[in-house]
Amino acid sequence: MTTAYSVPIDNGSLIGDDLPVYTRKDFVSNQEVRWCPGCGDYGILAQMQKMLPNLGVRREDLVFISGIGCSSRFPYYVETYGFHSIHGRALTLASGLKVTRPELKVFVITGDGDGLSIGGNHLLHAMRRNLDLTVVLFNNRIYGLTKGQYSPTSEIGKITKSSPVGTTESPLSPIKIALAAGATFVARTIDRDIKHLEQTLDAAARHKGISFVEVYQNCNVFNDNAFAAFTDKEVRQDKMLYLENGKPMRFGSNNEHGIRLNGFMPEVVHDVADDSSLIHHDTTANPVLASILAGMDYPEYPVPVGIFRAVDAPTYEDLVSEQVAHAQAGGTPDFNSLLRGGETWVVD
Amino acid sequence: MTTPTLTRPEQRVEELERVTIRFCGDSGDGMQLTGTQFTRTAAVYGNDLATYPDFPAEIRAPTGSLPGVSGFQLSFASTEIYTPGDAPDVLVAMNPAALKTNVGDLVETGLLIVDEAEFNAVNLKKAAYSSNPLDDGSLAKYQLIRIDITHNTEKALAETGLSVKDKFRSRNFYALGVILWLYGRSLETTTRWAEQQFKRRPDVLDANLKALSAGYNFGETAELFHARYEVKPAPVKPGVYRHISGNEATALGFVAASVKAGLPLFYGSYPITPASDILHELSKLKSFGVKTFQAEDEIAAVGAAIGAAYGGAMGLTGTSGPGLALKSEAINLAVMTELPLVIVDVQRAGPSTGMPTKVEQSDLLQAMYGRNGDSHVVILAPQTPSDCYFMAIEAWRIALKYMVPVIFLSDGYVANGSEPWRIPDFDSIPKLEWKYATNKGGFFNPYERDPETLARPWAVPGQAGLEHRVGGIEKSSETGDISYDPGNHHRMTMARKERVERVAREIPPTEINGPDSGDLLVVGWGGTYGAITSAVNRARGRGKKVSSLHLRYINPFPPDLGEILSRFDKVLVPELNTGNLVWMLRAKYLVDAVPFNKIAGQPFKIREITGKIQELLGESGPYELGFAPASGLSGG
Repeated sequence: MTTAYSVPIDNGSLIGDDLPVYTRKDFVSNQEVRWCPGCGDYGILAQMQKMLPNLGVRREDLVFISGIGCSSRFPYYVETYGFHSIHGRALTLASGLKVTRPELKVFVITGDGDGLSIGGNHLLHAMRRNLDLTVVLFNNRIYGLTKGQYSPTSEIGKITKSSPVGTTESPLSPIKIALAAGATFVARTIDRDIKHLEQTLDAAARHKGISFVEVYQNCNVFNDNAFAAFTDKEVRQDKMLYLENGKPMRFGSNNEHGIRLNGFMPEVVHDVADDSSLIHHDTTANPVLASILAGMDYPEYPVPVGIFRAVDAPTYEDLVSEQVAHAQAGGTPDFNSLLRGGETWVVD
Repeated sequence: MTTPTLTRPEQRVEELERVTIRFCGDSGDGMQLTGTQFTRTAAVYGNDLATYPDFPAEIRAPTGSLPGVSGFQLSFASTEIYTPGDAPDVLVAMNPAALKTNVGDLVETGLLIVDEAEFNAVNLKKAAYSSNPLDDGSLAKYQLIRIDITHNTEKALAETGLSVKDKFRSRNFYALGVILWLYGRSLETTTRWAEQQFKRRPDVLDANLKALSAGYNFGETAELFHARYEVKPAPVKPGVYRHISGNEATALGFVAASVKAGLPLFYGSYPITPASDILHELSKLKSFGVKTFQAEDEIAAVGAAIGAAYGGAMGLTGTSGPGLALKSEAINLAVMTELPLVIVDVQRAGPSTGMPTKVEQSDLLQAMYGRNGDSHVVILAPQTPSDCYFMAIEAWRIALKYMVPVIFLSDGYVANGSEPWRIPDFDSIPKLEWKYATNKGGFFNPYERDPETLARPWAVPGQAGLEHRVGGIEKSSETGDISYDPGNHHRMTMARKERVERVAREIPPTEINGPDSGDLLVVGWGGTYGAITSAVNRARGRGKKVSSLHLRYINPFPPDLGEILSRFDKVLVPELNTGNLVWMLRAKYLVDAVPFNKIAGQPFKIREITGKIQELLGESGPYELGFAPASGLSGG
């Protein structure tokens, strides 16, 4: 009798061993990229393809799963396994895949509509479970594929095709949601800072457990320059706060500004000599300070980017596998004895 | 404890072929347990039997209230039987509310056993009785047996030191003891079970066994009953037997399929009545490598199952009607990506929330057509509790071989009902076929179909050279790339359809109950099997040319079905819906099949189907179910 506890794939040892030397080109598929010219998605794809060769994972052990939306076309362009699923549900597929194939490295590509509106529930639950998935949420604050309606991250009052006199609803903060749901890795980056983007994707991919990356991504057709006020090269140093582990929270072209706490409120200090700035510790288990940082909205504060939180916790799929292993500790069970388990009687 | 062995010499013993008993009481009275224990005793004795639990959706409706009544009906016999009986011969009512909601079903002159202590002013008022039915003559047509179960139990447990409230909880064991005595059954099966069940609660065990014994002794000494009854063992096939409910059999069948396929089983589910027991059962079977995932919602449950299937595992999801509706978009994703997926729908009364604990068969057309686009899936329907085991294996055989989603349409009657089951030989079940795609070098087309089954290759992640992209968007049959080509979409749609149709090639010849031609063929599916078979057998007993067949394969239909239908003058299709299967049969075979529909949240009674058969054969006038039409509506 055959009994199987894992999917019978024979592809040798999975990670690291005899890893081929990859280049960016190995991760470029033969598909023509069909995003609008100038879209921020191009930058994210390029940095992903640049990061993947150095990740230490075989190409065939990578899976990209997406939902629906402009960002969700992403898997077609990466030369590995890809699944372009249905609206909002990428995380559900990723969860089932990861639980049954823990050795795979699974990326979930989503957007502000896909991940926070129709798929919002799944995002919460994948985070609290701490599945080892890397979730990249392209936040352009607009619905692009359906040609320009407001999204759950659009600012209140925004004029769009479906809100000709302005929206009447407040936006969600993806970072706040991730922290509230207990995500073990939470980061934000921008499409226009390719170095920071690549580093953030790399750190997220190497995190064991759920890693959530919000990317501020420009939709140059329906919501152009949504983030330009702080992401433009000329102003970036003064308008954004680069979070670095173990370093003081300082910004400005000459590091002349800092962030410190006044009670529970963060405040900006404009003094190059001030040493009261907070020191960033992304490994702090308690998410309160990270949540305070997540609440720093432009223009009152500089926009924090970088890793808000990176803590260790057991993953869902490991705990599930441990339960199965524990149940099997007694040896190979016999199905016949399962059928005959409990009360039986014999008719002669 | 002592099991009395003496029967008073004057005690008459009557032999009966079949007895139907219904235990009913407050949902906190333990009636499901009482019924289950009597069932086990009868099974071990060798009777054939069938059971039907009927309980409220409320976990604890107010004590003593009409909505809080829970019942368990069982029929046991010395001959082969197919249903838990139309009407109880014996009704055990633990309080006025239980009496009020159930006594109408009791056969005239039936045995009515009540706990008279519970017929007090408060409980009578809760049950909206203006006078005590035990005293006002309204029960004159039944054999009323009044037993002070409450106080007798209290007295039997006087020495235990338990509180009055705790003593009250053993009343159901007292009642069980009385009934076991009445049918000359030993206390052994229940005693053994209780010793296991209450191993960690010796005080509870002691109380329950004392109450059980006291009830038995009461029957022996009280001289309330005119006779004891004997129902001899049924002539059943030799073998090792156990009890099985439909949901248990379903779970076991899926694990059996996993073992036979050599692939791990993944079950994604969101709790929903009446499917949750499948999740409970599978979550206990981790030693077989089963991974269960209690998802955040129905969509996540099916999505996770699809993810597991994509990764090469056996992705399974289960739900009831409202959940099937929520899953429909994701099921279509599995249709489009052509992944093996099994979806269980344990149907319940709808629409919307409907009546969650009540039986209905009204999801067939949803399973068939309830998705956008031209979406074809395989649909199977088990017909008895134990049949769930075999059809669960069959569902996986088809899903894996044809790379196709299969909907397993169970229903509340099959799922919650139970029957004795001759444990089948597991080793004789063939291995389930499947194959992963392998890298043969060169270009890999994820839609290169198997010429026999039209299945596409199962190319699971982790294999170098097979990297590819799938998704909900139409793909080219040549390359697997996105394609909006008109001819391609036509070809792909037809291929997905034909792949389902080709499953019919392997469907075994349809079994006909009775001669293969005649005046009337009764066609059914799912949990109506017992009632239809019994009614048809009775009609043949009257010399009528009536046969029946029960469809376990609904999409595709068995290849011989059209020809069989044509050999009968009339076709009758009884269903617990407004006409699902009959609609499909009429559409496909242009046969003037007659619908017979009941939408009452209750299974068919044999006599109802008999009534309709008699109408169609001209034995009687038009037959109507006993439900008065709403004013202004036709009776239909």
